[in-house]
Amino acid sequence: MAGRVITFREALNEAMRLEMRRDPTVIVMGEDVAGGARLPHVEGRGEEAWGGVMGVTRGLAKEFGRSRVLDTPISESAFIGAAVAAAATGLRPIAELMFVDFFGVCMDQIFNQGAKLRYMFGGKAKVPMVIRTMIGAGFRAAGQHSGSHYSVFTHMPGLKTVVPSTPYDAKGLLISAIRDDDPVIFFEHKLLYDMEGEVPEGEYTIPLGQADIKREGRDVTVVAIGRMVHFALEAADRLAAGDGVSLEVIDPRTLSPLDEEAIINSVKKTHHLVVVDEDNPRCSVAADIVALVASRAIEYLDGPPQMVTAPHTVVPFSPVLEDYYIPSPEKIIQAVNTALGRS
Amino acid sequence: MAEISRDTLLWIYERMRLIRTFEDKVAELFAQGLLPGFVHLYAGEEAIAVGVCAHLTDRDYITSTHRGHGHCIAKGVDVNAMMAELFGKATGACKGKGGSMHIADVSKGMLGANGIVGGGGPLACGSALTARVTGSDSVTVCFFGDGAAEQGTMHEAMNLAAIWKLPVVFVCENNLYAESTPWFYHCAAKEIADRGTAYNIPGVLVDGTDVFAVYEAAGEAVGRARRGEGPTLIEARAFRYYGHFQGDPLTYRTPEEEAEYRRRDPIDQFRRRVLERNLLTAAELDAIDARAREIVEAAVRFAQESPYPAPEECLTDVYVKYP
Repeated sequence: MAGRVITFREALNEAMRLEMRRDPTVIVMGEDVAGGARLPHVEGRGEEAWGGVMGVTRGLAKEFGRSRVLDTPISESAFIGAAVAAAATGLRPIAELMFVDFFGVCMDQIFNQGAKLRYMFGGKAKVPMVIRTMIGAGFRAAGQHSGSHYSVFTHMPGLKTVVPSTPYDAKGLLISAIRDDDPVIFFEHKLLYDMEGEVPEGEYTIPLGQADIKREGRDVTVVAIGRMVHFALEAADRLAAGDGVSLEVIDPRTLSPLDEEAIINSVKKTHHLVVVDEDNPRCSVAADIVALVASRAIEYLDGPPQMVTAPHTVVPFSPVLEDYYIPSPEKIIQAVNTALGRS
Repeated sequence: MAEISRDTLLWIYERMRLIRTFEDKVAELFAQGLLPGFVHLYAGEEAIAVGVCAHLTDRDYITSTHRGHGHCIAKGVDVNAMMAELFGKATGACKGKGGSMHIADVSKGMLGANGIVGGGGPLACGSALTARVTGSDSVTVCFFGDGAAEQGTMHEAMNLAAIWKLPVVFVCENNLYAESTPWFYHCAAKEIADRGTAYNIPGVLVDGTDVFAVYEAAGEAVGRARRGEGPTLIEARAFRYYGHFQGDPLTYRTPEEEAEYRRRDPIDQFRRRVLERNLLTAAELDAIDARAREIVEAAVRFAQESPYPAPEECLTDVYVKYP
């Protein structure tokens, strides 16, 4: 019997709703997470204006009240820093950084305060916060609203980074992130919000640091992140239907911690590696995974490991340019052929 | 002044003297090359931390600055653990992982000295938000310097605290120089306290060398915060006797300026005034002086005799759990 089908957006909303019901210390804060604060015809009637710019937090203010779902000014430093110390003093805040590109205005609070606090205090404090943030190109939103940038955060000790690719994973990973005692940056691809999938109604968790094999295969290991998982699966379908090359698609789901064993074990089986990453290539997660395989399993590789990433450019505006920027199933197929020595 | 209890007066003197003795000793140890890294000393500003923290309990929070030793002592952080931290020892407040600029003790409500100028403003909103959400009457004091007054984070934080009416007291310690840059140069406002107007909160200027003045202003502000009436901005003006950091050649300030502030030394002022009014005796104050010396000497011995952390300790405490 088929399970219940909901969207990625609804899965995230449900994760927050269930955790807020279960734990009174969970709060949500960010710009327009409810919307229309203090307007008599909105808040005054127990309503919300937006429920988040993409509607992900819709209905939470109505159920939990404005004291737990806080509209903030456009002051990312102030409210993300507030989330850090609220976490260190007993709450479990979920702060929404509307677009990841906005990390530029609040990075100090994320990385000098949130990420380092526990270590600098000798392990005598914890920061159980989540920053939910939107990533990804393809929305024609240009250079300051389209980046992925998870590599920046994955680089930083003290932070955990999560990039879900399906509604099922989104819900289970977000619940885990909220319950986690460390600061977690949770990256949501804006072009996945409307994606539908089977999601159980109750609570469940997916451990941080556990990859998922989205498709088993024989010939090439394709590690793909976020939206790129779906492009890898499309490439796998086409190759399987074409000349029968079999791709194993691995979704790491969390980049820090990274499930190294899942990747290494797959490469030991397939002897070929392609990494697909929508972030920019230098010092990227893709480069990191290639380095991991090179240092731990190079003797298993029968061809050069390949990276399919965005180019080393800003995300462009014009649809023609932006489509060129984003990795595609075609580029993945090319990379697979190169890895197999067939090009 | 008359309404301050004898116990509080004794506590104020004891904390101010302990801070001064601690900082003078740290200066000496640093000059002898016994402390790694660098230190920013609080001597001269004691009346601010102590006059404010006299109104707080362990359930209240403070955020601090790179010049945080005085805030720690005023908030009751263990002096042995502080000194051991400065030496980088395993028994330090942060197990030797934080050093002077990150001494913290969350159990005492001390949310850390902070190496980032203006870093504490947003944090103060967070502990105050916890109080709001959990229904506690805890208050947070955000100490920041005149340099931090020009950081965007402070403006964001004061605005956020004001619109949410958070229980925060913003205490700007204006010690006249942001590193070597005089405050009249870096600040466009006539008084930093005037900025309260921009956030529709009270802005109060006090003499930061006068612990009675600080005590009174802070009492009002902490009371307002505790009653749920929102934040206050206090600007307390004082003078740091040492440089921005130890080793600062102090080429930017004049001997006359220093002499003027030395004449108004916060600890001497307090002594003079309580003796004039027969509130405490010289013998009591001298005994506190002697005890402060003993406490600090004992802290140095504790720190020197403590072991360094095992090198592998470098790898722990990054996360609560990391598979």
